[in-house]
Amino acid sequence: MTAKQKLVVIGNGMAGARTVEEILARGGADQFEITMFGEEPYGNYNRILLSDVLNGSHEASDIFLNPLAWYADNGIRLHAGVRVSKILRHSQEVVAEGGIVEPYDRLIIATGSLPFMPQIVGLKLPDGTDKPGVFAFRNLDDCHRITKYAMGKRVGAVIGGGLLGLEAARGLQNFSLDVHVIQRGNSLMGQQLDEPAADILKKTLETLGITVHVNVDTRAIRGHDYVTGLEFSNGRRLGCDLVVIAAGIKANTGLALRAGLAVERGIVVDNQLCTDDPHVFAVGECAQHRGQVYGLVAPLWEQAKVLAAHLTGMDPDSAYHGSRVATKLKVMGVEVASMGITEPTEEGDEVVQFTEAKKGTYKKLIIRKGRLVGGILLGDISKAPYLAQAYERNTPVPDERLSLLFDIGAPSEQATVESMPVEMQVCNCNGVTKGAIMGCVKQGKRSSKSVMEATRAGMGCGACKALVSQVIDWAAGGATEEDPSANYYVPGVSLSKPELVEAIRSLGLKSVSSVFAELAGGVEDALSKPGLASLLNTIWADQYEDERDARFINDRVHANIQKDGTFSVIPQIPGGVTSPAELRRIADVAEKYHVPLLKLTGGQRIDLIGVKREDLPDVWRDLDMPSGYAYAKRYRTCKSCVGTDFCRFGLGNSIELAQQVEARFQGLESPGKLKLATAGCPRNCSEAMVKDVGAVAVEGGKWEIYVGGAAGAHVRKGDLLCTVTSQADVLKIAGRFLQYYRENARYLERTYAFVPRLGIDKIRAVVVDDSEGIAERLDSALQRSVDSYRDPWQEANAPATANQFASMLPIVQ
Amino acid sequence: MEVTLGPITAVPPGEGRNFQIGSARVAVFRSRKGELFATQAACPHRQGPLADGLVGDSTLICPLHSMKFDLHTGQAQNGECTLKTYPARQSDAGQILIEMSEGA
Repeated sequence: MTAKQKLVVIGNGMAGARTVEEILARGGADQFEITMFGEEPYGNYNRILLSDVLNGSHEASDIFLNPLAWYADNGIRLHAGVRVSKILRHSQEVVAEGGIVEPYDRLIIATGSLPFMPQIVGLKLPDGTDKPGVFAFRNLDDCHRITKYAMGKRVGAVIGGGLLGLEAARGLQNFSLDVHVIQRGNSLMGQQLDEPAADILKKTLETLGITVHVNVDTRAIRGHDYVTGLEFSNGRRLGCDLVVIAAGIKANTGLALRAGLAVERGIVVDNQLCTDDPHVFAVGECAQHRGQVYGLVAPLWEQAKVLAAHLTGMDPDSAYHGSRVATKLKVMGVEVASMGITEPTEEGDEVVQFTEAKKGTYKKLIIRKGRLVGGILLGDISKAPYLAQAYERNTPVPDERLSLLFDIGAPSEQATVESMPVEMQVCNCNGVTKGAIMGCVKQGKRSSKSVMEATRAGMGCGACKALVSQVIDWAAGGATEEDPSANYYVPGVSLSKPELVEAIRSLGLKSVSSVFAELAGGVEDALSKPGLASLLNTIWADQYEDERDARFINDRVHANIQKDGTFSVIPQIPGGVTSPAELRRIADVAEKYHVPLLKLTGGQRIDLIGVKREDLPDVWRDLDMPSGYAYAKRYRTCKSCVGTDFCRFGLGNSIELAQQVEARFQGLESPGKLKLATAGCPRNCSEAMVKDVGAVAVEGGKWEIYVGGAAGAHVRKGDLLCTVTSQADVLKIAGRFLQYYRENARYLERTYAFVPRLGIDKIRAVVVDDSEGIAERLDSALQRSVDSYRDPWQEANAPATANQFASMLPIVQ
Repeated sequence: MEVTLGPITAVPPGEGRNFQIGSARVAVFRSRKGELFATQAACPHRQGPLADGLVGDSTLICPLHSMKFDLHTGQAQNGECTLKTYPARQSDAGQILIEMSEGA
């Protein structure tokens, strides 16, 4: 076995330590004997959080990424608190103070950056030592020193209005100091913001109690023995007790320069982070790649990966091509996102801009040839994740520019999907995350159906199905397979609903099994059965040949299955009106059958929950009330308010109408469940505007009919279909609408999706104005279904299948 | 050991029913094509009553959360879990027979 190579890393900050981590992750411990030098006597900490340490929201101990023990655990020799004095390239050695000499085969320079100290008189005491009260803001020791000094002081100044300066200012505010920010140029955060944005930020900061001085050059720091104030080049003065210098950073290149390496603004490196000496590499803020020196963390992570892959030989082709970095930060509670350029630089650059200074909101995007080249978001950065990704990946942005700045109405698909965090749940019923869907697509699944089946996303309440499809489409980069079954009424029969209805009618197919036999090559698809049963029932009404196995369990036993296999029983209570006798009966049943939970429903009924399957027939018999159908894709209930008999506002008899609605539509089979309501006046106490069909009484003996409302997994205000003048007309129009919906909606498509899909104008034309001349046919088809109604709870006395209500069968030999 | 559970008519076509066999609860399914299947009674996902599921040929969908299983192998098609299955057949006399492993 060959001896390990000696790898020496100068710099134990975020770049140096991260690179070593990446090397270890690639099995580098077997190849290298690693030695690190760190100027600070600590392990590696998160420099980004320094201002949190200064403002007290983090303890210094909280921000360590690699505590000292980490180095020992990984067999790394760390010279902590040791300054390297020179690099001897000919002998391949690093010399440090205290006589330490470390030979290297490979050397990584990760010396980061140094605070830039402007030319100011009085920065130091006459003897050259630091003047008490003057601080840099670059490392943990700076934080400790500022904290110690600031106690009991009154005024603090920060020289530098960049990101670092504002972070320092935020920190100083925590010591109850009067904080002043001195900015030499005319705008704050000149790297990230343009002038209008900087102005807004300035005003916002001022409301937070920070005084911002712009276009002010500091000439001198006053005070003989310690800081007493500042003097500006315009002659004005500011009294202060301490001053933090945060005027920028510069790459820390001294060692490299003295070693004769190529240095410009930083240590010049190629795509493998190699300097002009093949044994020496540089990463992080000290490195200059293609003319760029990065002062942010994201490029550093990328560089560390590339360098590690290269050094360990894991991926010799690995190359760094520069970073497009979007930053998102919070400056004293003000959210800022910034990416790329801040002003247009080429002819044809398109600027999209929005300003609302009063609210502190500013948005500006610079678009070049359909791609984002710059952006500033201030105050409202809700679009930042999407924009940052569009910028970093250099992907084309939608033509609808407005949607880049705002979520208007329904957010554009791409914006929503792209900006969603990976760990966000797409399907809230089955807990399927965006990441899980992405993983599934990565494994090669390319159609909605296959992904949904594999992950169960969209198979709960179904409200997320559209979103799931969007995520799949996005994850597949648009390379989704056209899922032909998306247009089928049910997945197992390759026909759209109109085609299927036509085939069923012309072939006279009256049972689910005959549909599979004739239209699906004899292949039975379990998932398709309930949808076919529903459709056949709608088409054939009393002639439908009912096969119980095609029904979902709820429809086989006429009750709603619960998580423990028991059932919920909800009898009809039309209009929500009950009686003492009825209540007594319900109470008796609840006691007799030890019903564990008795609950009022949202549909103004009473739910007996936890009924054992064997008890269902007896419970129904004893209740002596018809089924409320609270378990089926059918008409469920019609909620009503008090109406005219007692309510002093009532304009129409909503209770009476609700009872008529229920009497007519009870048990009506439908693509989705139907929840209706009637309201006696526009106060809408029964929430009729968010129902599948809602009737609202208005002055003059009229009723407004709303359709397509919802207030469940999806919330939608219904569309006004028409206004009619009698209860009878409500029943007629509502019935015709329901029949039209029954015939044209996809299985499980609720009215809230169906109505906007077709458009209320189209529906009104057909249902109210009879534009297609089918009103009469719709009415008679509905009438046939109404006439075929039969209370399913009568099966208590005549079970439909063998052992219909048995949960366990005895063995009979 | 083969156990006789009772007449085939105890399980309606396309549906499932539960049987208690010693300490084991077994769901027996009868597909519309006449095949018999037997599996553990409770869904490994959240204990859903599998006998109440929807059957299409040899596929079973649990009524609680739509877990989908192959009745031949017991393998879930949308999850990691697997059902215990028992060989099942119909006798000439129209009885349901299932093969229980030792100790069941």
